[in-house]
Amino acid sequence: MTVEPGHATAQPGSGHHPDHHHGVDADDFKRELGTDGTLTEEPYHPNPSTPTADRLQAIGEVVFLYTVCIAAALGLSALLVEATGGSSAEVFNALLDGSIRGPGRIGATIGVAVPLLLVAIGTIVSNRAGLVNIGQEGQLYIGAAFGAYFGTKLGWSGPWVILLLLVASVVGGALWAGIAGALRYTRNVPEVLTTLLLVTVAAQLVGYGLKNQWLLLAPAEGRANRQQISQQLPENTRIPRIEMFGNEFPISAFIAIALAFLIAAAMARTVWGLRLRMLGHNPRTAQRAGVAASRYGGGALLVSGAFAGLAGGMMLAGGDFGNYTLVPGFPAEIGWTGLLVALVSRQRASVAIVIAFVFAALRTGSGFLAATGVERRITDVVQGLLVLALLIPPALLYLRQRRRQMNSGGDRT
Amino acid sequence: MIDFLGAVGDVLTSEAAYINALTFAVFLAFGATGEWVAERSGTLNISLEGMFLAGAFSAAMGMHQTGNEGVAVLCAIVGGVSVAAVQANMSHRLVANQFVVGLTLNILVLGLTSFLASELDPVTRQAGTQRIPLLADIPLVGAALFDRTWIFYLIYAVVPICWWIVFRTRWGLELRATGENPQSADVSGIDVNKRRREGIYVTGVTAGIGGAYLVLGAVGQFEDSIVGGRGFIALIAVIFGGWTLRGTIAGCLLFGAVLSFRLSLPALGYELNGDLLTSLPFVVTIVAMSIFASRVRPPASLAQPFIRGLK
Repeated sequence: MTVEPGHATAQPGSGHHPDHHHGVDADDFKRELGTDGTLTEEPYHPNPSTPTADRLQAIGEVVFLYTVCIAAALGLSALLVEATGGSSAEVFNALLDGSIRGPGRIGATIGVAVPLLLVAIGTIVSNRAGLVNIGQEGQLYIGAAFGAYFGTKLGWSGPWVILLLLVASVVGGALWAGIAGALRYTRNVPEVLTTLLLVTVAAQLVGYGLKNQWLLLAPAEGRANRQQISQQLPENTRIPRIEMFGNEFPISAFIAIALAFLIAAAMARTVWGLRLRMLGHNPRTAQRAGVAASRYGGGALLVSGAFAGLAGGMMLAGGDFGNYTLVPGFPAEIGWTGLLVALVSRQRASVAIVIAFVFAALRTGSGFLAATGVERRITDVVQGLLVLALLIPPALLYLRQRRRQMNSGGDRT
Repeated sequence: MIDFLGAVGDVLTSEAAYINALTFAVFLAFGATGEWVAERSGTLNISLEGMFLAGAFSAAMGMHQTGNEGVAVLCAIVGGVSVAAVQANMSHRLVANQFVVGLTLNILVLGLTSFLASELDPVTRQAGTQRIPLLADIPLVGAALFDRTWIFYLIYAVVPICWWIVFRTRWGLELRATGENPQSADVSGIDVNKRRREGIYVTGVTAGIGGAYLVLGAVGQFEDSIVGGRGFIALIAVIFGGWTLRGTIAGCLLFGAVLSFRLSLPALGYELNGDLLTSLPFVVTIVAMSIFASRVRPPASLAQPFIRGLK
């Protein structure tokens, strides 16, 4: 808030700070006028509320907006179920049973949440640098394929191969994102377009690999005729699973959460994170300050690809997808959903952990819908509506804040 | 290699190949033409896939309920425009990220249509063909171009109309200004976000017709995977065409031919790897973008949101 020059002359030395001004007195009605008697741009508000009250009100508004939007999304979904003759209460119960209430279902949900979270963390890194990577689905698939090759085709097995497999996945994912990065910084091709196009190319490439035995296809004796799948990972080349309170999940869950906090800390506390954010906010200023766009931006793309690849490797070796086997359609939209997790959590890795779990719960819950006679695709509808609902409050608040700044004239550019 | 050239030669001299290729190409062109309008205004409209699907499903429902092809096409337009309305208002009224909105809409529409299709089970049939005399007798391409359903013939109107509104009307000039330099457009009194929303509505209309053509003119019934990622191919046809209408249509023809190769080649007795062929449009587009990147320029503000006062 700007202090008008009129104030200093009206109350010289009164020791009365204008920002902590309680009660109304005669001066309050004069201050709308500047020294020369014309209206200043910002009208003076008598009796401004204290900062804490403002803050509480703002938080209340945010909570209210989110509640309304989420309720609207769930209400619409329920309406859809009822309109087609289903029972929304049954669907809701089935979703809860399938995702958290049923025995061992939390473990299944965690298993799905792991790759979602990993994809989301990577996306957060590239988004911070102002790059739009929307090809995680392809990077994940390539990562999983690299992992499958190193895990099954070289004839090695043993715990150290898990590590090799995951490293290969990371390299695969990074490589696939790296193509987009290289084209972005050498040929000026927008990374939005290349990452998107490479999704389909990845799917076709892995599909080709799964048809040829020298690449990924399992030897003929291990599979049904014409089945296009890779060999199953050997018993001792799988990520160990642990059991907690009757829920079984791969230990990669802990790695994923640790990585989320690590990246959050790196973003907030390191020079690297600062430079990425600079690049994201204003590439030109960043360049002047000595942040090489190609190095840091390209690096951010590689990191986001690497995380997507790692997600693919952990899906393969973790056991919750495809039974330790690479099958056609293996990514199962985890890449797309992970991207949504990143964007809905508004670039905060810690929030992404919660959102990843919620989206994973919708997915595992959908498996229990068959008993209610409602088509399981309804969860796609619920998820889509939820994402749209979660996008509205921040956009509304941002717009309002923008409008206020414009009106106050404090931030004209 | 010789085999492959032989195959291409055989395809080029078979009438059925042209019919197949144009079926795909025209379906792509319906979406790509509208998408081109939206991209000229600065929106990279990823929900094209969802618009196609919504159009296809609405057409199937309209056909199921009334049995009238005209009503079905109108329903398809309503379906496409309703997806466009969500995309437009979320990304250019509220300023939500247009990619998130687009991707979400694709998932949402896929879920919604397959859910509703399993509940309502629309029954449709293929629309009849109208043969245009004389023109349809042209060798090779005559039947492919002029012995089609009337929905196919709409493309002969949609493309010129889109060209005309973008290049010959004040609205089109403002639309292009919005895509190139939204700040200047705003200063000269153009409502930038309104123009962008209208661009997306145009995509909704044409993609809706495209969906109707897919169901009634090409496939004959609604399936969940009826669009199956071809919305993205229509999207890249615009990019391949370097954001010109001529190039976009050329891209649609090329990609339509490639997609139909999968069907034509085995029919002519050739073995071919379908996976590598399917990825061809994408690889070709990436290579074309890399080679011509310096000469072909996307609209300057493509995929950037406009908020007044922010650069």
